[in-house]
Amino acid sequence: MTNESLTIQINDCLPGAVIESGTEWLTVLVSPSAWKPFASQLRYSPLLEFDFLFCVTGIDWKTHLSIVYHLRSTVHHHTLVVKSLLDRENPEIQTVADIWRTAEFHEREIYDLLGVNFLYHPDLRRLFMTDDHTGWPLRKDYEDPVNMIRL
Amino acid sequence: MFEEVGTTETGDLVINIGPQHPSTHGVLHLVVTLHGETIRNVEPHLGYIHRSIEKMCESLTYRQFIYVTSRMDYLSSHINNHGCALCVEKGLQIEVPPRARIIRMLMDELTRLASHQLWWGAMAMDVGALTPFFHSFREREAINDIMEETCGARLTMNYIVPGGVMADIHPNFRHRVKTFVSSFHSKISEYDELVTGNVIFQSRMKGIGYLSKADAISYGCTGPTARGSGVTCDIRKYAPYEDYAKVQFDEVIESGGDCFARYLVRLQEMRQSLSIIDQLIDQVPEGEFQAKTKAVLKLPKGEFYSTVETARGEFGVYIISEGGTTPYRIKFRSPGFSNLSALNHMAKQYKLGDLVAIMGSLDLVIPDIDR
Amino acid sequence: MPDIPDYINAATNFPGTVHPTAGGGIVISKLDEVINWARSNSLWPLVFGTSCCAIEMMSTAAPKYDWSRFGFEVARATPRQADVIIIAGTIVNKMAPVLKRLYDQMADPKYVIAMGACATSGGPFFYNTYSVVKGADHIIPVDVYIAGCPPRPEALLHALITLQQKITRGDTREQIKTDKS
Repeated sequence: MTNESLTIQINDCLPGAVIESGTEWLTVLVSPSAWKPFASQLRYSPLLEFDFLFCVTGIDWKTHLSIVYHLRSTVHHHTLVVKSLLDRENPEIQTVADIWRTAEFHEREIYDLLGVNFLYHPDLRRLFMTDDHTGWPLRKDYEDPVNMIRL
Repeated sequence: MFEEVGTTETGDLVINIGPQHPSTHGVLHLVVTLHGETIRNVEPHLGYIHRSIEKMCESLTYRQFIYVTSRMDYLSSHINNHGCALCVEKGLQIEVPPRARIIRMLMDELTRLASHQLWWGAMAMDVGALTPFFHSFREREAINDIMEETCGARLTMNYIVPGGVMADIHPNFRHRVKTFVSSFHSKISEYDELVTGNVIFQSRMKGIGYLSKADAISYGCTGPTARGSGVTCDIRKYAPYEDYAKVQFDEVIESGGDCFARYLVRLQEMRQSLSIIDQLIDQVPEGEFQAKTKAVLKLPKGEFYSTVETARGEFGVYIISEGGTTPYRIKFRSPGFSNLSALNHMAKQYKLGDLVAIMGSLDLVIPDIDR
Repeated sequence: MPDIPDYINAATNFPGTVHPTAGGGIVISKLDEVINWARSNSLWPLVFGTSCCAIEMMSTAAPKYDWSRFGFEVARATPRQADVIIIAGTIVNKMAPVLKRLYDQMADPKYVIAMGACATSGGPFFYNTYSVVKGADHIIPVDVYIAGCPPRPEALLHALITLQQKITRGDTREQIKTDKS
């Protein structure tokens, strides 16, 4: 599907969606509360059918956090990027682990490194760091004077 | 640390495998819940080799961060470097000279061969055959020698850089690759004879660790793991980079979905890699091996994503740049991470002994998963 | 009565002299030296690979380099049967207690080789990382260090031979500790 028809389809699913083109792939900005229903539409709508979530990234922008989902359809061969901006003090977004099962691990990773709380996640625990670790290592203001030697 | 050992209320036994266990191919820690000998649940615990590479890269320049990536998936170090170089080139819109593109592809395929050879030996060792390990390493040394001559290292090469490759190929390169390719054709048939047709091996592999097509997609599996379940996901075909669109090769698909299907995919992929090398080795054009680039690379503000097909699957590099000399945030989409997430689903209802075969068929490299 | 040829002594570095007598021969040596000699020639390594160096360790075990020539081929998966632990790869904070426990489980005398830059000093992961231990010697004492990232198989063989020589000379940490007490 071309970007134009994809835009029309997404506007049907999520009226008033902020769609950026110009980058390599079509990018949609959704609010955290609208993400979960939008995600199931992306997955199950027969014309979109984004069945393959290949990358989930969390970014710390110092003023806020953002989550980037890279989606691809193995049926229609199109790619979509979905972004959602989160509050930095209390970052919360609904999990999509029940839609794409790979998200369970990716969301645990983001929880571990950036402290994003994925609501209704089946098993939200630290993945890489030890359970008693404090702080979120990939945040820009993370300091660890014991282990980190700054260059 | 290992407080989870014991029995559950239902009488199931909870045991730990790893983090120091030869079958985990590194330092993976699995908490396995067993009912008798049947697996009820497998829970991977990661982080025993989490080296905070993503954080490190935020303070390394675009030339420097490449070397860290060859230490992630060290068995496909060339391909990891390649993915990063492609992403930086995408941001800077560097045109790579044709000679460098062919050299890169040749190196990628040689790396894929070396990786699959090691996997073949390790896989057979996991199910109890020691001899294949010696066979595969004998042939792998030939590739290591070729790499060493041109790149100066045996394992972590850092040879592919933004704009091309680090140095020109060695004068012996063509001859040695040809010698290797012609001898390795018969060696793969030897591999088949030694292991593939073996009755014990087949009964350890067939029907074990079934993963359906829909599940493979849902778990984000890529590479031979997904192709063994009938998913077409080869990046070299799906979104060809360099000159992969111009060479003839087949994407190997098996529909079995079990360990044996994944085994066959990798074995066939070795033949495909050999055929790609055969097509390219005489086609290396003359010219520059590196494009003219600035000494200090500065990516424009924006986001860049590039993918390559490593020996394990789709490797993605996602650079978020604020216009400086270092990335603002970098994310590596490692193939093993998603493949591992399917392990619990695949291993359920099988026996404990099958778990080792299933893990072997996933071809896990733990530093690639933990990053 | 046949003489015991000299080359046996030369090849095995046997510490002592053999005096041929009727019916065999008499060995004159120090018991400590004989024990050290025997230990040095049968070092069983623990299979402990965390990252890239483990592949080079496998290469060392494989046909071309073949460490069984020097008596290391019995690689053990359990620390209770191993003599030498080759730390092949990066050690991170989460792995550190595991490494310590493995070392504690090994029977005396035990030796440690730090293979590669990561195990020596943190290597490429020294700066700006929050999880890497800057050298395995922060956790357990190390006898031999190898440079390289990863070291070549020859370098690992050299390190193992260096360890053998160190044991024969009685210079390892364990031996010095025993002498003092």
